[in-house]
Amino acid sequence: MLDRKLVRDLWAVKTQVITIALVVASGIGGFIASLSTYDSLKTLQARYYESGRFADVFVQLKRAPLATEQRLVEIPGVGEAETTLVFDVLVDLPEVVEPVIGRMIALPDGREPRMNRLTLTAGRWIHDPASNEVLVNEAFAKARRLGPGDSFVALLNGKREALSVAGVVLSPEYIFAGRSGFADEQSFGVFWMGRERLAGAFDMKGAYNRVSVRLAHGASEEGVIDALDRMLETYGSRGAHGRDEQFSHRALTQEINEQKVFGTVLPSIFLAVAVFLLNVVLTRQIATQRGQIAALKALGCPDFRIAAHYLKFVLVIVLLGIAIGIGIGAWLGRMMTQLYAGLFRFPSPDYTLQAWIVWTAAGAALAAAVAGALNALRAVARLAPAEAMRPPSPPVFRATLLERMGLGHVYSPRVRMVLRDMERRPLRVMLTTVGIACAVAILISGTWWRDAIDYLLDVDFRLREKQHVIVALVEPASSAVIYDLARLPGVLRVEAGRDTEVRLRNGHLNYRATLSGVTGGTEMRRVMGPAQRDVSVPESGLVLNARLAKRLGVRPGETVMIELLEGERTRTSLRVAGVVDELAEMRAYMNADALGRLLGQGDALSYARVRLDLSQRDAFLKQVKETPRIAAALELAPLIRNVRETSGRFILVFTGILSVFAGIIAVGVVYNNARIALAERLWELATLRVLGFTRGEVSGLLLAELAIELAIALPLGWTLGYWLSAGIVELIHAETFRIPMVIQPRTYAYATLVILGAAVVSAFVVRRRIDTMDLTGVLKTRD
Amino acid sequence: MEPAAPVPREPVFVARGLVKTYRMGEIEVHALRGIDLDIYRGEFVVLLGPSGSGKSTLLNILGGLDRPTSGTARWREHDLAVADDAALTRYRREHVGFVFQFYNLIPSLTARENVALVTEMAGDAMPPAEALERVGLGDRLDHFPSQLSGGEQQRIAIARAIAKRPDVLLCDEPTGALDYETGKLVLEAIARINRDLGTTAVVITHNASIARIADRVMRLADGRIASVETNASRLTPSEIAW
Repeated sequence: MLDRKLVRDLWAVKTQVITIALVVASGIGGFIASLSTYDSLKTLQARYYESGRFADVFVQLKRAPLATEQRLVEIPGVGEAETTLVFDVLVDLPEVVEPVIGRMIALPDGREPRMNRLTLTAGRWIHDPASNEVLVNEAFAKARRLGPGDSFVALLNGKREALSVAGVVLSPEYIFAGRSGFADEQSFGVFWMGRERLAGAFDMKGAYNRVSVRLAHGASEEGVIDALDRMLETYGSRGAHGRDEQFSHRALTQEINEQKVFGTVLPSIFLAVAVFLLNVVLTRQIATQRGQIAALKALGCPDFRIAAHYLKFVLVIVLLGIAIGIGIGAWLGRMMTQLYAGLFRFPSPDYTLQAWIVWTAAGAALAAAVAGALNALRAVARLAPAEAMRPPSPPVFRATLLERMGLGHVYSPRVRMVLRDMERRPLRVMLTTVGIACAVAILISGTWWRDAIDYLLDVDFRLREKQHVIVALVEPASSAVIYDLARLPGVLRVEAGRDTEVRLRNGHLNYRATLSGVTGGTEMRRVMGPAQRDVSVPESGLVLNARLAKRLGVRPGETVMIELLEGERTRTSLRVAGVVDELAEMRAYMNADALGRLLGQGDALSYARVRLDLSQRDAFLKQVKETPRIAAALELAPLIRNVRETSGRFILVFTGILSVFAGIIAVGVVYNNARIALAERLWELATLRVLGFTRGEVSGLLLAELAIELAIALPLGWTLGYWLSAGIVELIHAETFRIPMVIQPRTYAYATLVILGAAVVSAFVVRRRIDTMDLTGVLKTRD
Repeated sequence: MEPAAPVPREPVFVARGLVKTYRMGEIEVHALRGIDLDIYRGEFVVLLGPSGSGKSTLLNILGGLDRPTSGTARWREHDLAVADDAALTRYRREHVGFVFQFYNLIPSLTARENVALVTEMAGDAMPPAEALERVGLGDRLDHFPSQLSGGEQQRIAIARAIAKRPDVLLCDEPTGALDYETGKLVLEAIARINRDLGTTAVVITHNASIARIADRVMRLADGRIASVETNASRLTPSEIAW
């Protein structure tokens, strides 16, 4: 019979039940979506690494004879080793003006590679290893609309060769295909071709320049890396490294970790808000049913059964929330996994929802709900029947703090009503305010990313990089190259520089980074410190990126060991002269002449920055594509456009999801509080209507409290949002770039508008209740 | 201020053929079955009758809280039967003072503030302290309702009702929740307002003894006016006993 009462009780407050269930559902949904996406990506990664036999250790080198292959396998800890050829070349696509960077990788003749195996998604394999057929990675093929049968031109060792696409493939090595830290599928393509053909083009017959190693079971990666470095040093090794420095692996792992952070931080807030709402509604429910509780007790119903009855009230709401949440979570998880599948290319990117995630979510929600209900339930058990039969004692009010301070005369009785009412229930007011502030914070933490990316691209990047195109040279060249480049059409200014890969070491800490030579008087590449001020690079010593310095555990004034990864692999120790906090770079800088001396190449240059008369861009790029000494040309504008497009897709989805969730929280908090305030004060408000107050005035009294709470909650939410975002950034712990904590006014405005919208909707519902209030009915009964 | 007697024969309330039916759950209730009445300016009228006789329904219609199903109800030039919600609100605000069985005070406001709440929005109101003085609560101005007895609370309600100098004072069982002595104090307050300010007063009670303090007594039964008696001479509340 009590269960029938339960059903009717729930039905009577159905809107509140639904709004709270939706808050629970948002938390559960967010948790399940993020964690199942995390889990799916992690599973896909592990599965693909296994099936594709992804290598553990990689070495890029200048040239080693094939005869040394056997020695690689003999290194203790090496399970398998495979050699191949890898060259970055300039690709000239038909009807595409700008040159594109192509990475050509040799496939073993007549067999499948033993590791980093390819998966064919369209077309066919290469039949003749000596032919001009290539396989192309799917991301690039889709971005550039390349398919089997299409052909294009690539500059192989300075010679323009027409290549034709045989098939489209996926590779565990290029799940994320990019060269810079940004997702840029348009300007970087990966191609595989027959080893015989590639070796012929680059004069590498009987040689290799790239080693992949799979470790033996239980082998130490560090030991293998050391052994490989020792063995391959004489062959121009650029240093062996593990998966942690492999580009695709690092990007994918980073993203997977972000999902984990999102999946645990934000849902906790939802659950906390749900617990608060449940507590408020349950307390109210028990307060209105005092008489019924007393009657049940008087009739001999044991306390635990009555408490269980009200516990069920809570559990039904939470279970409803869990059920909806699982549905939402599974749906969002599938959508997010599919979205990721567009950025991270897996064969059959299946979404899986593990049972443990669902159980954890449901368990956490139930535990939180029971904890939240405990206090109210204890009150039920304690209520003595005789006491419960009487109406609750009239509320005791007193002058507010402001009045006691002597400021009472400054406001009217109506304002006093509102303030005294709020002061009498400080906990609820506080929790409501915090609840709304949480919704604001969630919105900000979900939408400020575009501010960060815009800042990164529009402010930081543009201030730092002032060239239109960076041209990379095939081989380091003398400064004469500047004059050659200056003669190309449309060139306004050329600044050449020198970059080289180094390994920086401090004790047992080491990191592989780019060391850039900096000359005084460069205009197109600035080294910037705080507040975008230029940092001068001294004649001697290094300037390090702040994160790099932190990773190496060095401070200005201390020394680091640098090991060049080309040529003679010179090692030297240098003083850290300064630190710069650059966002998207992990570089080290030193004086260009000093670097030249270190490299033993004088003024040898490896790249040039070019500013163009943009009306002649096409002519310039056309020439570049036909210049054999140029290995690659990277245009800034399309890079920024592509990055913005890719990140925009993600941000749109995340912002959309979080806006809906935050709206649910806001409506849940505001609506439930307004409804309960209305129920508690119905009698009072009806009295005011009888006394001649208009509907507007009465609604105003009730909504004034909401307005005050909003007025406190919004600034609190902005602050909370900033710190929540900063906290998430901290937890995500991006290694290769720093996410700038830049939140634009538009983001605060957006969060504010969504919350105000939710408040207006709730206020409207409450207002309708006031409009339809039965005055004479209310007056007949004492609350 | 006019003297209470002789009673001026200027009707302020005029009702003809008042019918009110409403649904309570699945039952149709005929609360009023055709009421004709005139109430005159400055008059003290007591509505007597057992519960369910339609007293409260009638008072609610006169007070602009409810509309009749059919028939006419006018207060001076105001047609209460057809007025919309905004017009009725304005009517209550400008012309009517209510007193209820359960006082209906705002618990978060002091005595003075409960009165000020109403005087703030009225044109020609008396200061809250004066209104409270009139009901004998001049020394309780800054007490909250929870600090006052039932009789004191009801007198604050009366002060609140009369502070805006309403044209009519409508009281629904004002002594219903009070003991004998306290009830008398409250009735005295109402009678004094009626006498001193000339406010038309309509008081509902089911206590026949109280009827003696009125100018006229209307007995309701089963939704109709069963009888109307005119008291040749009014007693003061202190002279009656029940």
